Amino acid sequence: MPNDQRPLPTPTPETAHFWEGCKAGELRLQRCTGCDGSYFPPRPFCPACGSRDVEVYAASGKASLYSYVINHRPPPGFGSDPYAIAVVTLAEGPRMMTNIVESPQTPEALKLDMPLTVTFEAFGEIALPFFKPAGV
Amino acid sequence: MHHVLITHGESGRSRVGASRFARNMASLQGQFEVPYGIGGPPTMFTIPTLRYMQTHGVTEEDLARVAVVQRQWAAMNPRASYRDPLSLDDVLNSEMIAWPFRKLMCCLVTDGGGALILTSAERARDFPQKPVYVLGTGESTETPMISQMEDFTSSRAFRVSGALAFKEAGIRQADVDHLMIYDAFAHLPLYGLEDLGFCEPGEAKHFYRDGLTAPGGKLPLNTNGGGLSYMHSGMYGMYALQEGVRQMRGIAPAQVEGAKISVCHGVGGMFAASGTVIFGNEAV
Repeated sequence: MPNDQRPLPTPTPETAHFWEGCKAGELRLQRCTGCDGSYFPPRPFCPACGSRDVEVYAASGKASLYSYVINHRPPPGFGSDPYAIAVVTLAEGPRMMTNIVESPQTPEALKLDMPLTVTFEAFGEIALPFFKPAGV
Repeated sequence: MHHVLITHGESGRSRVGASRFARNMASLQGQFEVPYGIGGPPTMFTIPTLRYMQTHGVTEEDLARVAVVQRQWAAMNPRASYRDPLSLDDVLNSEMIAWPFRKLMCCLVTDGGGALILTSAERARDFPQKPVYVLGTGESTETPMISQMEDFTSSRAFRVSGALAFKEAGIRQADVDHLMIYDAFAHLPLYGLEDLGFCEPGEAKHFYRDGLTAPGGKLPLNTNGGGLSYMHSGMYGMYALQEGVRQMRGIAPAQVEGAKISVCHGVGGMFAASGTVIFGNEAV
């Protein structure tokens, strides 16, 4: 995206592992060692059972397109072209918001349930996880 | 019992004294949603809708029809901001905001305010105005992060809040004569009809296609014209309640003849929270 000056996240102790993973090219999720559930966004306990026996692991980076809008009124820092704000379902179960890259930002190109793969883009000290059509 | 005055006022359009939206980039929303370009309700409240549309065969025309029907109600309300008839084409050709949402599928931005007095039925007996009775209420919340909503085709907060209110009121959906569902965007009356139990998931589009929610229909919905045509100052709940009260008093501009029970369903923080109030006009 030209003139990309988007606002960037401020990592916290609870989320540091996620953002460090993105810089290393890994999508890091957490899972509960008790009930085996994966979850996102990061937190130091399992949202399903409350256990603090949780671990960080590298997810597959595979996902499918769950829903989106195409924003025709970009806020400051996002250029002037319409772009999709998407929510994807990760292969491991959790959902996350993202942008879809390496694809036209049109309803014709962006079909729900299409397979996607994570890709990381660096913005200074932060790398953001984006998703692109699988096989691209 | 104490008397409670509930007031709401908001300079939504003029922005007098309005505080600027401050982003906290260390919050979960700041870290995991804001960097992807959400810009407020038009790009957040709307995100689940495409999944709802695909799951239930709801078309862009169905979304447009919600705005068209509400304009029919607004035409009967002298205080409505927009009263001229709308066609499906008008809506489907209006400016694109966040596909699949066009401008006329989004609520207005106006100034506004309102007040309600809540007191005991006994105390209200000798008031000059005809009292309206609160039969049941419900409240619920889900997540403040739209991306983490459990199911994009249904609001858990709507389902829980509605069920609590119906249970307390001791009524069924078939008993309801008048319905208000907070319509910040055109998809909300569809979600509301289903999540409040007026029909099965996916059937709400037929309420609009068959004219059931329109003037003369079996289930008059958003009879003031709603956020889409009447007014919307930013937080619309007060105005939905006021229309429910007017309908129960028999003084609404588009009065539903003989209406005895009104359900008002509001949202807060988009899909993050909701509240349901059921009014009646007969002492219980």
